[in-house]
Amino acid sequence: MLSIKNLHALAGEKQVLKGLDLEVGAGEVHAIMGPNGSGKSTLAQVLAGREGYTVTDGSVTYKGKDLLSLAPEERAREGVFLAFQYPVEIPGVNNVYLLKAGLNAIRKHRGESEMDAFEFLTLVREKMKLMQMSESFLNRGVNEGFSGGEKKRNEILQMAVLEPALALLDETDSGLDIDALRVVSNGVNSLRSPDRAIVLVTHYQRLLDYIEPDHVHVLSDGKIIKSGDKSLALELEKRGYDWVKQEAAA
Amino acid sequence: MASNPQTDPTLEALVAQKYRHGFVTDIESDTVPPGLDEDVITFISRKKGEPQFMLDWRLRSYRHWLTMKEPQWAHLRIQPIDYQSISYYSAPKPKADAPKSLEEVDPKLLETYDKLGIPLHERARLAGVAVDAVFDSVSVATTFKERLHKAGVIFCSFSEAVQKYPELVEKYLGSVVPYTDNYFATLNSAVFTDGSFVFVPKGVRCPMELSTYFRINAAKTGQFERTLIVAEEGSHVSYLEGCTAPMRDENQLHAAVVELIALEGAQIKYSTVQNWYPGDEHGRGGIYNFVTKRGECRGANSKISWTQVETGSAITWKYPSCILTGDNSVGEFYSVAVANNYQQADTGTKMIHIGKNTRSTIVSKGISAGHGQNAYRGLVKVLPSAINARNFTQCDSLLMGDKCGAHTFPYMEVRTPTASVEHEATTSKIGDDQLFYCLSRGISEEDAVNMIVNGFCKAVFKELPMEFAVEAQNLLAVSLEGSVG
Repeated sequence: MLSIKNLHALAGEKQVLKGLDLEVGAGEVHAIMGPNGSGKSTLAQVLAGREGYTVTDGSVTYKGKDLLSLAPEERAREGVFLAFQYPVEIPGVNNVYLLKAGLNAIRKHRGESEMDAFEFLTLVREKMKLMQMSESFLNRGVNEGFSGGEKKRNEILQMAVLEPALALLDETDSGLDIDALRVVSNGVNSLRSPDRAIVLVTHYQRLLDYIEPDHVHVLSDGKIIKSGDKSLALELEKRGYDWVKQEAAA
Repeated sequence: MASNPQTDPTLEALVAQKYRHGFVTDIESDTVPPGLDEDVITFISRKKGEPQFMLDWRLRSYRHWLTMKEPQWAHLRIQPIDYQSISYYSAPKPKADAPKSLEEVDPKLLETYDKLGIPLHERARLAGVAVDAVFDSVSVATTFKERLHKAGVIFCSFSEAVQKYPELVEKYLGSVVPYTDNYFATLNSAVFTDGSFVFVPKGVRCPMELSTYFRINAAKTGQFERTLIVAEEGSHVSYLEGCTAPMRDENQLHAAVVELIALEGAQIKYSTVQNWYPGDEHGRGGIYNFVTKRGECRGANSKISWTQVETGSAITWKYPSCILTGDNSVGEFYSVAVANNYQQADTGTKMIHIGKNTRSTIVSKGISAGHGQNAYRGLVKVLPSAINARNFTQCDSLLMGDKCGAHTFPYMEVRTPTASVEHEATTSKIGDDQLFYCLSRGISEEDAVNMIVNGFCKAVFKELPMEFAVEAQNLLAVSLEGSVG
C-alpha cells in the first residue's frame, strides 16, 4: 500500500530525513519509534503534504500513485489520514461541521453521494459512543477549549468517521492519562482491518501494550536503522536507543 | 439616460462577471444637471412638494455646509471629490401618475430587482418582509403597508412621510444627527432626496422585519438617503438594510444619514448587509460610502442594536453609534468589515454613556485581504452622570496575505470612577496550521478559508436575522474569493 524509498526531506532548511525506506502493506500496523529529533514527526508531515517540508530525494508510492505529487486535500480524499500531535483550534467553526465537510469531500471524490445531515449525525453518534465522547462535542468549535485528551479522542473520532486506507498517528499517546489512552487505543483497534494500514509514530512502548504492532522500526537521524516485531519495542523500553545506534554504526 | 458611453462594452462584460450585480437598467431619469447651489436645493424641495420647514432646514444645512471642511482624520486615502460634478437629483420618470401597486411599477425596474435576486412581491410575501425599495432617489414600491397599518406601524418612504406626517418628521428629524453634525451629514441634510421612515407607536411590537434594498443606478448621481426610525415607549422593531450597486467606472459618493430614536423601554435592531461595488482589483471605481448612523436611547430601559456586515464599497467611513441617555439603556454594535483588493474601511462605533447603569457591547471583526486596509475606530465615552456604566469591547482582526493592513484606534473617555470599561483586541493571520488541518481532512482550500473566516465572524453573524445571516456568509465567500493561495 505504501512504499517509501530513499526519502530525503528538509524541515524548513534543515535536512531531517536522510534516506528513509519503509514498506507498509494493507492490514498491517507499523510502529515507528525513535529518540527526539530523529525525524518521526517530519515523516508524518511529509506524508500528509504539509507546506514547509521539502522532499529533496526519493519517492513515496501510495496505492501505486506518486503520493508526493498530490495536494494535501487530494491525499486525504485518496484515503490518507493524519492524526495530529497538536490538533489546532479553529474558533467558531463547528467541530462536526468540519467533519461533515471533510467526509462529503471524500465521498464526492469517490463518486459517492453526499451524506445529508441526518445520516451523518447518526454515523457520528455511533462513532462517538465508541470514543466515549459526550454529546456536547457535537456543538463545540473545532478543538476549541478541548483538553489534551479530548483533542486526541477527537482525532480518532475523525479517523473513525473518515475511514482512511492509511492512517498516520503522530504521537497520539502523548499527553494522555491511562484511561484516555485505553479509550483512544480501543478506538484505533476497532479500526484495524485487512484493507487498512496504520502507522503509529510514538516515543513510548506504553501505547504498544494497547495497540499491538505487526512491525516496529527504529528511526534515528533520518533513517530506519532497525526493524523487528513487537519484541523490539520491549527491548527498546528496557535498553534505550543507544545500543541500536551502536549496532547500526558497527 | 442611464447608459454610459465611456464604458467599453467588452470590458464591462468582463468586469460584470466578477461583480455579479454590475449592470445598468435603462430607465429614463429625471436628472438635474450637475452642480450644487441654493437653486438646486429649492428645486429638489419643490420637486418633492415639501412644506416650507423642510426647505428652510435644507437651506440652513447648505449654508452651514459651505463653512465646513472635509474631515481628514480617517485612516483613508481619498481622491478629491468635486461636489459640483455631482447631480443631486435623479428619479425614475413618473408615468402619468405614481404607481399605486406593484403592477403599476415599471417592469424594467422589477426586472432589475429580479436580477439582484429580490423578486419583490414573492420574496416579500414568502418571507413576511415588507420592502420599501429605494431605486435611485425615489421609492417606487412599498409592500405590506396594510398589515403594518393595522398594527399602527408607519413604514413609508421619507418623501411620503414628509407629506403625510410632517409633524412627526419635524419633531424628530435632526434630533439625533443635527444638521451641523459633520461634513457629509450636513451635505445630506441639504440635498437628501429620499429614504425610509418608520414609526412604531407605544407598546407595539412590529409584526414583521422591515427591509429596504437600496440601489444606486443613474450614472454620476450621488445618493443621499435619509432614514428616520422612531420607536415609542415599549415598542419593538427590527430593520434590515441591504445594498447592491451596478458596476460603475467613476467613483460614486454615497452619504446617507440614519437616525434612530428609542423611547422608554423601546428596542430597535438595525441590521445592514452592504455590498456596494468595491472597485476592481486595481482599485478603480467603486462606491465612496460616507455614512452617519446614530441612535439615541432617549428613554430609560431602551435598547439599540447595530449589526453590520460591510463587504462592499471602495471606501467605507461609517460609525453607527449609540447615545445612551436613558437610565439602564443598552447599546450594541456588532460588525464584520472586509477590505479586499484596494478597499479601505475606517469603521467602528461610538458609545456615549449619559444615563445611570447604561451598558454597551462592541464586537468588531475586521478582515483584510489583498491590499485592503481595515481600521477600527471606536469611542467609548462615559460622562460623570453615567454612574455604574459598563462597556465591553472586543476587536479582532484577521489578515489574509502580507500586503494588507489592520489598524485599531480605540478611544476611551471615562469621567466617572464607578464605570467599568473593558477592551480586548487580537490580530491574527489566517493560520497555516488551521488551513492545513482542514486540507488534511479532504476540504478544498477555498472551502477551508470560508469556513475559518465564517468561524471568525460567528459572534456577529449570530446577531443577524436568519435570512440575512445566510446572505452574509455567501457575500463573504464571494468577497474573499481567491484571497489565499
